[in-house]
Amino acid sequence: MGAILECKSLTKHYSALAALSNVNLTLERGRIIGLLGPNGSGKTTLIKLINGLLVPTAGTLLIGGKEPGPETKKIVSYLPEKTYLPDWMRVSDTINFFQDFYEDFDQKRAYEMLDRLHLDPSKRLKTLSKGTKEKVQLILVMSRNADLYCLDEPIGGVDPAARDYILNTIISNYNENATVIISTHLIADIERVLDEVVFIKDGIVTLHASVEDIRSREGKSIDTLFREVFRC
Amino acid sequence: MQWDINSARPVYLQLIEQVQAMIISGYYKPGDKLSSVRELAAEAGVNPNTMQKALSELERTGLVYTNRTSGRFITSDESMIQKLKEQSARGQIKEFIERMKQLGYPPRETLTLITKVIQEETE
Repeated sequence: MGAILECKSLTKHYSALAALSNVNLTLERGRIIGLLGPNGSGKTTLIKLINGLLVPTAGTLLIGGKEPGPETKKIVSYLPEKTYLPDWMRVSDTINFFQDFYEDFDQKRAYEMLDRLHLDPSKRLKTLSKGTKEKVQLILVMSRNADLYCLDEPIGGVDPAARDYILNTIISNYNENATVIISTHLIADIERVLDEVVFIKDGIVTLHASVEDIRSREGKSIDTLFREVFRC
Repeated sequence: MQWDINSARPVYLQLIEQVQAMIISGYYKPGDKLSSVRELAAEAGVNPNTMQKALSELERTGLVYTNRTSGRFITSDESMIQKLKEQSARGQIKEFIERMKQLGYPPRETLTLITKVIQEETE
């Protein structure tokens, strides 16, 4: 099987602003990859391009050999930064919604995860705390048997215990041929679950390496390296 | 089981050390079955590929073995575990001797002092 994601000279401009410049990036299957960069560095732009929500200004992007479109949406599971599920929905409604939308959705798995959280599926989203709502969304996204998971800031709004829960959910639910991209600036919390990191700065990919290689070569954590590279 | 991983050193090395420590301390008994890679990774909060690498390395040294059909086990070879235990004890003693040297105690004096302290403790 080939790479799950291949970007060649990928560029995205928002009028005069270059959000991504000439990105060449190949991601293999079976990895958990941290997409790391400060605010406004282009992380979300890249994830939106992968999900076909934006169109490249120049260059190409292929997912499992295909350009973003209906075929790739079947194999990409996306957790956006912001929630899009209407507040009036019950948790069980959101599960039915995903069941209708995605062939690869595993309803049983979703209910098992909710059960482990002691979350009542008949509750409406508006009655849930922000953190719980984020967990529900993650459960929906991770209950798909996708080839590529794109998680945009999955741990931003939750407490450290909930972070552990979320990372655990990610580790236990992706299959070995799938790749997970996690975009975040909270590196210390997630670096132990990563295989690789991609550093992105002002729309340019400055580093793509294995985290264990970085640790043996530099003798420091990814968090420390990040702070050095991105010192303001 | 509490795993303690520090992000500044290669994680697979720390996983190897900690599984060894669990074997030495008796948390894992000879012949015990290990959980799946995925479960162990989730428990330690680390990447499954990293856990896989650590277990493969432990397998290479013989401390852990895989049975094709039933999973991964701790070795039943107690002499091997005994050897690991001694290796670890030797490591600690060497470190200790080094630290005592920094305090100005040559090894012979350290030994005399150890004997003295042990006697006091048992009195």
